[in-house]
Amino acid sequence: MDTTTATHQQTEPPTPEAGAERAARGATRPGDRIFLGLSRGSGILVLIVMAAIAAFLTYRSVLALSENEADFLTSFEWDPSGSPPRFGIAVLAFGTVVSSVIAMAIAVPVAVGIALFITHYAPRKLGGTIAYVIDLLAAVPSIVYGLWGALALVPHLNGLYGWLDDYFGWTGVLSWSGGPARSLFTVGILLAIMILPIITNVSREVFRQVPRTHEEAALALGATRWEVIRMAVLPFGRSGVISASMLGLGRALGETMAVAMVLSPVFDIRASLLEPGGGTFAQNIASKFNEATVMGQDALIASGLVLFVITLLVNGAARLIIARRKEYSGANA
Amino acid sequence: MSHASLTPRRSSLRGATLPKWFPWAVAAASVALGLAVSAAAGLQSSIQWALIAAVCFVGGNYGVSARVEGRRQAKDRVATSLVWVAFLLAVIPLASLIWETLKRGVKVLDGYFLSHSMGVVSDTEPGGGIYHALIGTLEQVGLATLFSVPVGVLTAIYLVEYGRGRLAKAVTFFVDVMTGIPSIVAGLFILSLWVLILDMGPSGIAGSFALSILMIPVVVRSTEEMLKLVPNELREASLALGVPKWRTILKVVLPTSLGGITTGVMLAIARITGETAPVLLLVWGTNFINTNPLSGPQASLPMYIYLQYANSGGEGAAYDRAWAAALTLIAFIMILNLAARAIARWKAPR
Repeated sequence: MDTTTATHQQTEPPTPEAGAERAARGATRPGDRIFLGLSRGSGILVLIVMAAIAAFLTYRSVLALSENEADFLTSFEWDPSGSPPRFGIAVLAFGTVVSSVIAMAIAVPVAVGIALFITHYAPRKLGGTIAYVIDLLAAVPSIVYGLWGALALVPHLNGLYGWLDDYFGWTGVLSWSGGPARSLFTVGILLAIMILPIITNVSREVFRQVPRTHEEAALALGATRWEVIRMAVLPFGRSGVISASMLGLGRALGETMAVAMVLSPVFDIRASLLEPGGGTFAQNIASKFNEATVMGQDALIASGLVLFVITLLVNGAARLIIARRKEYSGANA
Repeated sequence: MSHASLTPRRSSLRGATLPKWFPWAVAAASVALGLAVSAAAGLQSSIQWALIAAVCFVGGNYGVSARVEGRRQAKDRVATSLVWVAFLLAVIPLASLIWETLKRGVKVLDGYFLSHSMGVVSDTEPGGGIYHALIGTLEQVGLATLFSVPVGVLTAIYLVEYGRGRLAKAVTFFVDVMTGIPSIVAGLFILSLWVLILDMGPSGIAGSFALSILMIPVVVRSTEEMLKLVPNELREASLALGVPKWRTILKVVLPTSLGGITTGVMLAIARITGETAPVLLLVWGTNFINTNPLSGPQASLPMYIYLQYANSGGEGAAYDRAWAAALTLIAFIMILNLAARAIARWKAPR
């Protein structure tokens, strides 16, 4: 804006005093003041909304936590309507972390692979088409993923579950007793499929920004395609991939309906990932909300506050990584 | 250089390379081997023979290539096959999602389905439709758009045209953070404010408030990008003619970027149309037609899918309706997306 005001003053009539006078009057024109007020007000409104979210959730949570008899962080119980109310988030924290970790472990390598496929392996036309389709897939709502997961994916996982149980059942972590495949493991797979498009899209953008000269330099030294990727593309794109993964993680942590539709809710932690059990913050809120009393709703809001803080931290970190990268990368030079 | 020319040996700049059909041959051979092993050992799982075939493929590729072309080329081949595997692995579920929705959705999707509600049809019987859900979705999304677009566009104008200093930095950061708020948390916030403190019942407008929280940051971000694309020369020319700044923004900056802003708004609408969690908490969903968004529970398309799934009792009729509604929802969102992209291309700065 400094440049525009400077030009503004330059193009005023030659008498400098009159120009200064006009500029001063321009700054206080009522239309300008109203418009500035409106737009600044909207900006402030955004801040107020964020503050209000934190404040109201905290307020309701404190109401619930002050009556809670169990340890909120470590208790395995969820009985906020009982007298005295006892509830804790240990099961939810476990379920959320485990399903997100499974999702990230599957989605990140595959997404990076697809992004590389689109930018460096596929024929240009095909790559463009695939990128377009994946862009569209990112817009498919989570409820549709949930419906697909519950009715199409779950029946198809029996084979995989049986195989895992046969060969890795002895570990205890992957044993399966033959029930429907509605466990944290399935949730992890579904979440991986859901966050695949967003991680792919962001990584693809970053890989596309790799300076052509870096790649050509590597090729000129006799590098194979894989060596070009390892030495020129991946180092350049690393922070971009990390922030893309964190955006995906943020989405996986807060995913509600798909998890609620796929997971069969047993409020307990099981050793085996293939057995029904556990739950996630968001899923627990959605599935327990209907029967909840006011106390129960406050308890759910308390767990929602934890989720809010976690996603805030994850997203904030992702944004900071992106912002730092913007300053130092050669891409916008 | 001179040394190389002095030594009389069969030298070439290129090492030995395998022919182009080599990976395909290895792939065919390993699939055959995988099938043969599974037939011999009597394995039924398709994962098992696929896994055997995959291991054979990567191992065979690497072994032969390392012997003929050298280790570096072999590694390159392994990386290539892994990238292809990643791509194929992702295509399967995503293609299945689209295919299943299409196949199961077209069964009951017709004019009757679009123009009737579930008022007199119990969840386990065939019949009924999504009319009430369409009305609910259109009203809730319309209201949310009405709330979010002015706030979002004005915030973006503030950030691009006025914003310097700490307030603008804070707004930028929190808009970014707001993008990542889970929809259920937005729903809980409105719940704690609207229902628990102001003591209002479920209504469409409460859902719209929550949807606005999700929509505002998307609108701000896309509008900001579009406003930044407007060349400074246009602003300077207008200001040089003595036009006040607010009129410059309204008459020069906004019209120039209108196409981009429209695209952004449409993409934002597409994003919130599929949101279920806030609707579940605040609007509840119903089987009856409720055209008044200000009071009483209302249906919405995503909520309808969830209710049909949850209350189906395992009945095929309810699942059919859920798939048909899912197909309608996807079609709606895809059309919005495609239209938005078409506008972006049509209005692109030339």
